Amino acid sequence: MSTTVVKRRGGRRRAALTGRAPADTPASIWNYLFLALVFVFSAFPLYWMLVIATSTDAALAKLPPQVVPGDQLLTNLREVFSLQDVYFIQSLANSAIVSSVVTLSVLFFCSLAGFAFAKLRFRGRNVLMVIVILTLTVPNQLGVVALYIVMGEIGWNGTLLAVIVPGLVSAFGVFYMRQFILEAVPDELVEAARIDGATTMRIYASVVLPAVRPALAVLGLLTFVGTWNDFQWPLITLNGTDYPTSMVAISDLASGNYVLYRRVLAGALVATIPLLIMLFIGGRQIVRGIMEGAVKS
Amino acid sequence: MSTTRATPAAAPPTGSGGRSAGPGDPDPHRWRNRLYRFDLRYTPYLLVAPFFLLFLVFGVFPIIFNGVVALRHWRLDDATLTGWAGLANFEKLLTDDDFWNALYNTFGIFLLSTVPQLTLALVIASVLNRRLRAQTWWRVGVLLPYVTPITASTLVFAAVFARDTGVANWVLSVLHIGGAEPIDWRSAKWSSWLVLATMVNWKWIGYNALLYLAAMQSIPKDIYEAAAVDGAGVWRQLWRITVPMIRPVVIFTVVLSTIGGLQLFTEPMLLEQNAQAARGGANGEWQTIAQLIYKVGWKDLNLGYAAAMSWALFLIIVVVAAVNALITNRLGGGKR
Repeated sequence: MSTTVVKRRGGRRRAALTGRAPADTPASIWNYLFLALVFVFSAFPLYWMLVIATSTDAALAKLPPQVVPGDQLLTNLREVFSLQDVYFIQSLANSAIVSSVVTLSVLFFCSLAGFAFAKLRFRGRNVLMVIVILTLTVPNQLGVVALYIVMGEIGWNGTLLAVIVPGLVSAFGVFYMRQFILEAVPDELVEAARIDGATTMRIYASVVLPAVRPALAVLGLLTFVGTWNDFQWPLITLNGTDYPTSMVAISDLASGNYVLYRRVLAGALVATIPLLIMLFIGGRQIVRGIMEGAVKS
Repeated sequence: MSTTRATPAAAPPTGSGGRSAGPGDPDPHRWRNRLYRFDLRYTPYLLVAPFFLLFLVFGVFPIIFNGVVALRHWRLDDATLTGWAGLANFEKLLTDDDFWNALYNTFGIFLLSTVPQLTLALVIASVLNRRLRAQTWWRVGVLLPYVTPITASTLVFAAVFARDTGVANWVLSVLHIGGAEPIDWRSAKWSSWLVLATMVNWKWIGYNALLYLAAMQSIPKDIYEAAAVDGAGVWRQLWRITVPMIRPVVIFTVVLSTIGGLQLFTEPMLLEQNAQAARGGANGEWQTIAQLIYKVGWKDLNLGYAAAMSWALFLIIVVVAAVNALITNRLGGGKR
């Protein structure tokens, strides 16, 4: 171990000679400076959103630009929420509905399917799993024209159903839950439950679900963020209706020949806050989730 | 559940041993046994069915149907204009200047974003891979862009890159970079591409860094120790050990950013003052294919032609992603 080497006289040089893996090397001051820069770059647009959302038109037109938030947030927000043809409050509620329903559904159906793929034997299991993995790489977006026509035939265009139903399951979710269940739930436990006479659903409820709670949290956070931020399909199917999601409403705010950034970004700020709260509460889990998804690829 | 009835379920699923357990009252046991076998054999299909049904209806079918629509006349404003078009939509594509311009823009922005994005992600990941104080916070910090809605961040960047009141031009003028005139970022291809690439890079660098970091943590430590003995410095270690060792993840991110980059939509849409016109600049300076598809389908109301475009884009993505994966694979292999 390199630590014993370091303690000796002249240890620093010895350590440099034998070398340490990056993971054992303490970060230097330059590393911290670099990361601080990265952090500033990451946080800058958020900060600037706050600055613009809290300013007046006059303050925003000034050069050099003002760099601290102003005190006009409430005024700007009142303007956003009182706009007649944008339905901003309604759109926030719609986003909340869509994201919650999609998240719950993804968690339920994907954990069921993941459980089946990880722990149950059935004919065609491998073929079906390969299909799931292939699905991961097919961008559904490319079927939007046809999806729009299909939704038109069913009569769902312009309703929240058009946004919710295609999102009810996700290939990534199935894949992710399968990977997690493979490791988190021992085969012996499933067999023991069977011998005790438990049905498959009973095993799912009493053995699998409690064991995969961390994975559910991660998948739930990722799904919620993804659904909340989705823009293209909601724009296509909900545009011009009284039922936009908040992302479509924001783009409505930004449409027109004279865009008031302070107003648009006050709205955008409101629509971003739920996600920042999620990152704040579940940041550790989200990071772990993304990293776990990567190792197995 | 009562605990006294544990025995029947323990019987082998194919045998009929369960019946002998209760000779006086065979029916409930046989029923249970049948139920048990049914459960074992068919429940798995019930569990995976919701995924495949929904995916079939709203994933696979639209993509196939898209092919049909592409071969037909299909206009939203005139329902009578239907019928087979044959390859007319695709032929139109070949001579459509808008399409080629959009394709050119898409590739330009794609190159400007992918290469710096993945390189920087690699560097950030290797720094995050050191022994750090407040490790988790740094990692969460790089994910700020990932959770920020693209609509929101794009509008901020649009304000930052405004011609007269934008911060970007002000900074440039303070640093005495560029001419006396403020840059009109939206008026030229190079500048608008740069703005869009900045947005894309901002959004995805942190996410990719975490993917790389995950892979880096599974590299055996003694490899580095051996390399250091041989006199390899930090950079050499990064390019000669780390990158080749995490090659599968690098390929994964290259494919992922190809798929994402060629479908760029939200950023170019909202960079425009009049967002929903989907023009991508006064003369289509930064109009991407995804944006053009939206314009052709829902502004010009020509769904058939839009479907043909999205099929073409799909094929392009498949080819580019495959070529990219192949090249990345070679590069990594050469360094071994």
